[in-house]
Amino acid sequence: MTVTPTTTESSSAPAPSSPIRGRSRRRGDQVFSTLSMLAGILVLAIMAGIAIFLIIKAIPALRVNTANFLTTSAWLPDNTPSVFGIAALAFGTVVSSLIALLLAVPVGYGVALALAHYAPKRIAAALAFVVDLLAAVPSIIFGLWGLAWLMPRTEGLFAWLDTHLGFIPIFHNTLGVYSRSLALAGIVLAIMILPTVSAISREVFVQAPPAHIEASLALGATRWEMVRMAVLPFSKPGMISAAMLGLGRALGETIAVALVLSATFQINWHLTEPGGNTFAANIALKFNEAGINGQGALIAAGLVLFVLTLVVNVVARLVIARRAEFSGAN
Amino acid sequence: MKITRYGQLAGVALVGTLALAACGSDTQNTAGGSSSPSGSSSIDCGTGSLKASGSTAQANAMSDWINEYQTQCGSGVTVDYQGVGSGAGITDFTNKQTDFAGSDSSLKPDSEQPKADARCSAGPAINIPMVGGAIAITYNVQGVSKLTLTSQAIAGIFAGKITKWNDPAIAAANPGVTLPGSAIISFHRSDASGTTDNFTQFLAAAAPDVWTFQLGKSWTAPGGQGGKGNDGVSTGVKGTPNSIGYVELSYAQNNNLPVTAVDNGAGAVEPTADTASKALGQAKITGTGNNLPVKINYNIKDAGAYPIVLVTYEITCEKGLDAAQAKLVKSFLTYTASDAGQSKLSTTGYVPISGDLLTKVRSAISAIS
Repeated sequence: MTVTPTTTESSSAPAPSSPIRGRSRRRGDQVFSTLSMLAGILVLAIMAGIAIFLIIKAIPALRVNTANFLTTSAWLPDNTPSVFGIAALAFGTVVSSLIALLLAVPVGYGVALALAHYAPKRIAAALAFVVDLLAAVPSIIFGLWGLAWLMPRTEGLFAWLDTHLGFIPIFHNTLGVYSRSLALAGIVLAIMILPTVSAISREVFVQAPPAHIEASLALGATRWEMVRMAVLPFSKPGMISAAMLGLGRALGETIAVALVLSATFQINWHLTEPGGNTFAANIALKFNEAGINGQGALIAAGLVLFVLTLVVNVVARLVIARRAEFSGAN
Repeated sequence: MKITRYGQLAGVALVGTLALAACGSDTQNTAGGSSSPSGSSSIDCGTGSLKASGSTAQANAMSDWINEYQTQCGSGVTVDYQGVGSGAGITDFTNKQTDFAGSDSSLKPDSEQPKADARCSAGPAINIPMVGGAIAITYNVQGVSKLTLTSQAIAGIFAGKITKWNDPAIAAANPGVTLPGSAIISFHRSDASGTTDNFTQFLAAAAPDVWTFQLGKSWTAPGGQGGKGNDGVSTGVKGTPNSIGYVELSYAQNNNLPVTAVDNGAGAVEPTADTASKALGQAKITGTGNNLPVKINYNIKDAGAYPIVLVTYEITCEKGLDAAQAKLVKSFLTYTASDAGQSKLSTTGYVPISGDLLTKVRSAISAIS
């Protein structure tokens, strides 16, 4: 996105103005524009290469699959006959990511607002550094922590939800076992995407035009009114893109989820019961022992994940592009 | 605050690794000490560098063997075995990146065998059973230190049909044991594994009316909790009261978890290298010539034979490797199949191959050229 506009500018702009400066300058521009254009094309080529690789590797396995790839909830690609489908994977991936988004986005915006407009400057800088550090924690650590520390401590919460809100299917637990669930995976994911959401939205909040901020304060607005009228309208596209990038990370998160979840192939709306699986976790858990068909099947699942994240990102871009025009920032 | 917490976790992980490493080297030392005098003369050493990869289930056995082989043969030879998983190991082998593959299951006749044969060009790819194992049923019930389960009860528990520890099906096999009335929490493998494959085949063979789920490397029954790897299941069982799970014997031993005796109709049998080896000796060879894929009799009813066993293979070319590599593969596998090599297995929680099968394994290895 950011590469293409600059390359077109640099390739078209210098041509008319170059006679004044002479030949050498023009050659430098040409070299630079070619290089940057190549870099842009390289990104596209890599994307296309990945897509082609996934498709080529997936087709043989999909051919021998005797079940419907999209609606089946089972994963036995190396059996004869081969049976596998992504229904349960898609369900688990989307549900755990949505839980993560629901939990992380409000908190992330709150953290970002506090850092940008509420906390004293010096503390804000230190806090921002700590939040960014959270993004540097390797995901396997989140997985181990989720399993060893968080899981026993959330069982009480899930049991409470079951007793008091059990009439809502997603909080109901028929087994009385509250561990290794999609809900737990969602919480771990929420913590993992929190730094992404808060760091990006903080960047946006900080960029709110000072003129607007000062004007609203001068008109007697309270700090919250200032945030609501001057900062938030300006920041909306950035906030959406922060949430979407967080979603992208949650969708693709692998090892933490693989450690925390009790991988099963059922679509189970009782989200606090053990079970559930995601695309990325399934690939990590199954690839080592997969036979030739099994590897192809996992690559097919990877292709779906690839498309899913691509769609999420494209939608996010479209939303941002539409909102940008009437955000009131200009 | 957070950072110290991660630090603690990292510390725990580190200590765990060190502890495991310590275990490994410990057993290696004792085993090496006892077998080196007899083994030193028996190894026909090759020279050069041997590369192999595959099954993680046999990785510990391989590292013991490699250690011993290299100690005896000196610096002229190096053997490298990467535990990348059976499927990846077979792919490495068919892509000519390795000289043999370790695998939890024999080559699939329709899809994998033709590709492996093509890699060997001059001769077929052969499956050589080399490392046996026992799958232990481990449990965590307060106050119960000795437990016997019938095959029917095991299938019932893992199928989710027996849900309480004091179920009559369990109590009947354990007179005099006070069982709690609490719910059974069963653990299975969340990753694909040969352990799950063999365990479910046992359930289907020994209790076909109870175990009606699909078989394979992935767990298919509903309910229960999944743990990643043998260590995931054993830590799960260890940390969860009233739980039960299946792991390879060495993991139950290393974690000091109690194991159940299994009664498949001929009395209770504890899982040990001897009882499992007895069952493995009854395995039927289903291949032809020097290709030795075996079919285990999971429903074995001999007294003193532990029925839940597995066997892992080395896959290589009978003919068609480079002359130097063939010589090296032959030398190394001859050692692993020798009495010295096989006796090392029982000290590390594996099960040696025995009887007629071992004779056939040795003659298959001698035919490699």
